[in-house]
Amino acid sequence: MAKMSLEELRKLRDEQKKSLSHRDVENKEIQIIVGMGTCGIAAGAKETLNAFIEELDENELKTVKVTQTGCMGLCYVEPTVEVVMPDMPDVIYGKVDPETAQKIVRKHIMGKSLVNDHVFDRPAADIVDTGANGGAK
Amino acid sequence: MHRTICDFTLDIIHNAIEAGSSLILVDFIESRDELKVFVADNGLGMSEERLREVRDPFSTDGTKHQDRKVGLGLAFTSQAVEMAGGDFEIDSRPDHGNSVMIRFPLAHIDTPPIGELAETLLAAFSYPGDFEMVVNRRLPDSGGEYSLVRSELAEALGGFETSGALRLLRKYLDSQEILAVPANKEGSV
Repeated sequence: MAKMSLEELRKLRDEQKKSLSHRDVENKEIQIIVGMGTCGIAAGAKETLNAFIEELDENELKTVKVTQTGCMGLCYVEPTVEVVMPDMPDVIYGKVDPETAQKIVRKHIMGKSLVNDHVFDRPAADIVDTGANGGAK
Repeated sequence: MHRTICDFTLDIIHNAIEAGSSLILVDFIESRDELKVFVADNGLGMSEERLREVRDPFSTDGTKHQDRKVGLGLAFTSQAVEMAGGDFEIDSRPDHGNSVMIRFPLAHIDTPPIGELAETLLAAFSYPGDFEMVVNRRLPDSGGEYSLVRSELAEALGGFETSGALRLLRKYLDSQEILAVPANKEGSV
C-alpha cells in the first residue's frame, strides 16, 4: 500500500458516491451511534467503531450513518451502541465487541431481527434527561 | 483502565473537544526510547483549583453525570505515567485552553502498548463537532512524519458521517501509518 494523497482520497470518495445504488439511498435512514466516553474507550469502543466500519464495507453498506457520542450512562456494559433504523425499535446494545458488531450488522441491520443477548434498551435514568434541575431521578 | 497509550490520547482529545475548543493540536512523537504526546487546545481551560482536582479519579465538573462522582480520564493517565516512570504535565489558563503532555519510556515494563494510531485517529477526527484538529506524527529516528488536518479530510470526504466515508478515511490513515512504523507497534516493551 502506497501513501495516499488527499487528491487520491477525494477521487476515491467521488467514485464511491457515483456507484451508490437505490438501496444505498434507502440505507441513509440507518444510524449507528457508538458510545465513546472514557468508559467506552477503556472497554474497547475504538475497536467496535472500526469493526462496524469494516463490516458495513464488507456488506456493501456505504451510506449508513456511523456517529459517536459520549458516555450513555451504561458504563457497566460498555462498549454501548445505539441502532436507529426504519421498521425496528430503537435499541441500545451493550458489551458490543467487534464480533457483536458484526452480528448487529448482519442480524439487526440486514436481517431486521434483534441480537437478543446484547439488548440493554434505554440509557440509565440519570442520563436521559439533562434538564436544568439535574435530570430524571 | 485504558489498555494502550492511544486510549489515553483519545481521552485527552475528547477533553479538548468537550471544552469547546475550535482548534486542537496533537503531536505524536515516537522515538526508539520514548513516546511523547502533546495535546493543546483553545477551549475553556481550567482554574488552578480545578487543575489540582483533575488528578483525583472521583473529581468531575458535574456537567455530564449530575449524580455520579467520577471523572476518570486524566486520573487514569497520570497514574499510568507514574507507574511507567514517565512524565505528565498539564498547563491551563481559564478561557485560553489546556496543554497536556505525556511521555512514556518505551523500555519500561509498565509502559502500556502504544496501540493502533490509525484506529484512534479515525475515532478522533470523526467525533461530532465543529472543531479544527491538526495532528503531527513524527518518528525522529527514521525521519518519518506526516500531518493531518481535519478540515482538509472533511472536505475531501464530504464529511465523516457515512460508513463509506469512514472506510476511506481508515484506508487513508493506514496508508500514512505505513511509513517507518516498526512491525511490533503493539508490543513496545
